[in-house]
Amino acid sequence: MTLDARIVRTVGTFRLDVDITAAPGETIAVLGPNGSGKSTLFRCLAGLLPIDDGRIALDGDPLDDPAADVFIRPERRPVAVVFQDYLLFPNMSALENVAFGLRARGLARTDAQTQARTWLQRVDLADHADHRPGTLSGGQAQRVALARALATDPRLLLLDEPLAALDAGTRADVRRDLRTHLSGFDGLRLIVTHDPVDAYALADHVIILERGQVVQSGALADVTARPRSRYVADLVGVNLLAGTGHDGEITTSAGGRIVPVGPVHGPVFAVVPPRSIALYRAPPTGSPRNEWPGTITGIDRHRDIVRIQLAGRVPLVAEITPAALDALDLQLGDAVWAVAKATDIATYPR
Amino acid sequence: MTETAPARPVAVRHRRVGQERLPVAAMILAGTAIAFFALPFLGLLWRAPWGDAWSILTSDSALTALRLSLWCSLWATGAAALFGVPLAWLLARVSFPGRGLVRALCTLSMVLPPVVAGVALFYALGRRGLVGQYLDRWFGFTLPFTTTGVIVAQTFVAMPFLVLTVESALRQLDTRFEDAARTLGASRWYVFRRVTLPAIRPGLIAGAVLAWARALGEFGATITFAGNFPGRTQTMPLAIYLTNEGNPDEAVVLSLVLIAVSFGVLVALRDRFLGGGHPPTT
Repeated sequence: MTLDARIVRTVGTFRLDVDITAAPGETIAVLGPNGSGKSTLFRCLAGLLPIDDGRIALDGDPLDDPAADVFIRPERRPVAVVFQDYLLFPNMSALENVAFGLRARGLARTDAQTQARTWLQRVDLADHADHRPGTLSGGQAQRVALARALATDPRLLLLDEPLAALDAGTRADVRRDLRTHLSGFDGLRLIVTHDPVDAYALADHVIILERGQVVQSGALADVTARPRSRYVADLVGVNLLAGTGHDGEITTSAGGRIVPVGPVHGPVFAVVPPRSIALYRAPPTGSPRNEWPGTITGIDRHRDIVRIQLAGRVPLVAEITPAALDALDLQLGDAVWAVAKATDIATYPR
Repeated sequence: MTETAPARPVAVRHRRVGQERLPVAAMILAGTAIAFFALPFLGLLWRAPWGDAWSILTSDSALTALRLSLWCSLWATGAAALFGVPLAWLLARVSFPGRGLVRALCTLSMVLPPVVAGVALFYALGRRGLVGQYLDRWFGFTLPFTTTGVIVAQTFVAMPFLVLTVESALRQLDTRFEDAARTLGASRWYVFRRVTLPAIRPGLIAGAVLAWARALGEFGATITFAGNFPGRTQTMPLAIYLTNEGNPDEAVVLSLVLIAVSFGVLVALRDRFLGGGHPPTT
């Protein structure tokens, strides 16, 4: 089972233009901030929104191909969806919800319900068959929605923010269950999420979507090791600086100067881990060649670290210990020096 | 929901939720309005010939008119639902040029004097009417002065109530449930039957009740388009109007019967479907 899609769709002033390919059995996570086009992409794949240009094909069968005048309606696509807030039909029991897709395909009521019961057993909800959606917990509702989608025997399963509707306490358990249940499905899986933890736990391959474009894709470890956008850098929690390399130095567009190890040429990214930044009240003396003056614009206290935001020619986030914060007596608006060792700075071409 | 209970000042601590008191002037005006609605019915009860009530009620003419009224108004409600739900769907979901005009046209009969509706129907569907002449010539089918004519006249004036109510219910519906149903393989018709219709049921019932009440009370369009033939087109309102000329006792009893039927239905459905303070569940 393979997915081969180029999706171009304009909604108002927003334009989505992405290529997605998936190999058999793969789970893809589409990761992106709000407004990046995740839901448009999702609706195009499900057939709820036709594409303007491009082509969507599953196993070589076209689902949407404007040039060839092909558009397969959502009910005829081998694509099933688990929606963000599950959208279980409130007037039906859990069993009837799961049986819905089978009955819509013309299966007799009793046959559909027998199959639906098997699906509920698979997601450990056989004893909740007669419950209405309103009486199910978030995690249970998600499993009913998953069973309802899988019961239609899809070749592509779409999951829209599958864990966003859950509270933090249950999310880890539900994520683990979801992973287990997804592993039993042999079709393609595409998960739309804004949470890198979901992507990490559930997917083999991530696509980073920003402003309707794919900015990065690949194995999650590769993507996070070499962020190519502020969004990914923020996700991973590192400082991403863009500049131009010459004579062993990088100059940012704001005029900041960064000194890494080794030669750098042309447009590059530099990644500075927040933990490797030290803060000083006065210009430091010693071996570090990266010293950046800045003003404190934010102080976030966590349990055992404090994240300090600095504005300046080289805007940074530094992580220090609460003890260091007290020792330096740092306050909002204070001028400080941020220092990093060249060996802690990673660079790669833009 | 969690932020609607700020700390209350001590001075109003005794005022309990749901025990809102209106200013005295507003209470007097509201009381007058209630009396205004109640007094006419009290007048009927006061004037009713209680001794003869049973014999009038069970007389052939009264039973015939009542039966005809119920028969026609129920058929009119059914017709209003059959045509009105798809029309409401069109108005709520499909955007096309001139939609506002179409909506105005389809609800015009609600604000028109019913006699005007009757006259208009006559020139459209009457034996010499725009379309009626062909119905007559090709199919030998005439509507005016028939029971079917009564149903047509009632449907004409009653359907807008259903259309507007159902349209509003459709607009409030979360269409993502329909999207979900389609991704599960449901055809549009299946989605409508199993997802949309159950979700708009309260609106549909409210609309049907309003349309039925309008059809039951219909007078002007019926008498103009269908005439006043006992057993065929003489519904309760027509019978009441005509007996009131020579036999007021009978008119009063028939009126009370009509009131009892209508009031019974309104009470049975009360808050649940007629928006008595609860938002419709979608």
